[in-house]
Amino acid sequence: MTTEYNKPLPRLVNEAVSRPFWDAAKRHELVMPRCLNCSNMFFYPREQCPNCYSDNTEWVPVSGKGRVYSYTVVYQPANRAFQEEAPYIYAIVQLNEGPRIPTNLLECEIDGVELEMPVEVVFDDVTDDVTLVKFKPA
Amino acid sequence: MTLMDRRRRSDTLRGKVAIVGIGEVPTRRVIPDRTMYGLNAEAAKIAIADAGLRKEDVNGLVTDGAAALATMAEYIGIRPTFATGVSMQGASGASATTVAASAINGGLADTVLVVMGNSRLDRAVPGGASVRSEWEEAYGPAAGAGTGYAQIYTRHMYEFGTTQEQMAIVAANQRFNAQENENAVFHGQPASKEDVLSSRYINYPLRILESVMPCDGAAALIMTRADRAKSFPHRPVYLLGAGMEQSNANIWQTDRITTTPVKTSAARAFQMSGYGPGDMQFAEFYDCYTILVAVTLEDAGFVEKGEIGPFYESTDTTYKGSFPINTDGGQLSGGQPGLAGGFRHVIEGARQIMGRGGGRQVALNDLCMVNG
Repeated sequence: MTTEYNKPLPRLVNEAVSRPFWDAAKRHELVMPRCLNCSNMFFYPREQCPNCYSDNTEWVPVSGKGRVYSYTVVYQPANRAFQEEAPYIYAIVQLNEGPRIPTNLLECEIDGVELEMPVEVVFDDVTDDVTLVKFKPA
Repeated sequence: MTLMDRRRRSDTLRGKVAIVGIGEVPTRRVIPDRTMYGLNAEAAKIAIADAGLRKEDVNGLVTDGAAALATMAEYIGIRPTFATGVSMQGASGASATTVAASAINGGLADTVLVVMGNSRLDRAVPGGASVRSEWEEAYGPAAGAGTGYAQIYTRHMYEFGTTQEQMAIVAANQRFNAQENENAVFHGQPASKEDVLSSRYINYPLRILESVMPCDGAAALIMTRADRAKSFPHRPVYLLGAGMEQSNANIWQTDRITTTPVKTSAARAFQMSGYGPGDMQFAEFYDCYTILVAVTLEDAGFVEKGEIGPFYESTDTTYKGSFPINTDGGQLSGGQPGLAGGFRHVIEGARQIMGRGGGRQVALNDLCMVNG
């Protein structure tokens, strides 16, 4: 953490909407927005529920367990800052609670990924302020 | 008024559509903690409720040029069969309303949401923060649009047993076609299936010869009324059917990533035309990556879902073959001059129907399906 982190950090669309997610990640907790009107759990967070349009939503803790929905192995990253890490796994994980999240798979060989393989969350404290939500085989 | 004048008027928008609901978010100097998309979505919510509708009833979306349509549709939670952005500065609102009316009159949608708005504090502007900048970029997505398409590819292999060898045929057959197209950027550079399979990865399972190359270029067409079309130098190319669907902006927001909006758009186009997949003689399909040609051909109904791999193994899709696909080489071998890259499919479909395909002219050239 003391060495300089030179990769892009999340640039938030709306602090008021998604700051609780990133604050929770920093505490090594995974939370998801849920609609208090229709109970729909959704991700990414937004100003109103994409299902019923209610703006009455809450944050709830989730298990951090899920499955690999799909993935790619990146050899040529869009951002050169990632080049030294390549090839690495960029995946969509489907949480057991339903929502899907883009992420990296850690502690996994690039030819060792199978779809629907169970994974669990890993909190990667990339800087003093920012923790990224990643996954590893469960 | 002559009979002709009366008929012309009956073909117009006059009296054909009506506004049935309105919505407005109160205008304030600054609305804190909100985004442009969020304010638009709230206005949409109010208008939909005002009309006594549910969001599922809305199948058209027209907005201004500042909004990304896919993001807007995703945010509002709709998948419209007609969507477009209208950029006419101060006249955008009235113009967008007219465009919506034309779409309804043309059968592209029944119920259209026209929505536009502004947030001066919002950073969700071009180059600013976005869903991608918040939820994807820190995890190192691949160059271009390859991240999402590769994940469709991986999932398709998992669900249906599709192979990279089968997808290499898509690229190789189009490269064969490009050898008869002097306008193609890869004219004079043949590449076999084996060449495709030995090319380097951009991001697994996509190799560089399965991906488009950004290029310079431009394309254009002229369209006129069918009753005038016979007096022109070339065989007229009639539009018999059309369909659209606006999907999500982000692949991870899509329920089933191996099914594309073409499932809806093609069905609507076929319904309008009175024809079906079995009637088509050739196809010009959008091809930023091999896998997209594959899944969209499935969704259009040319083969059953998941059967595109075996189809490519058993069918000659070159211009000489029994079902020619991307006869000019497509974007994969023709190159991608920005948005004109996808426009090439319309141009080549028209060229073939006009009978001006030259060395790559297809034998049967009356009915073509284009996907963009």
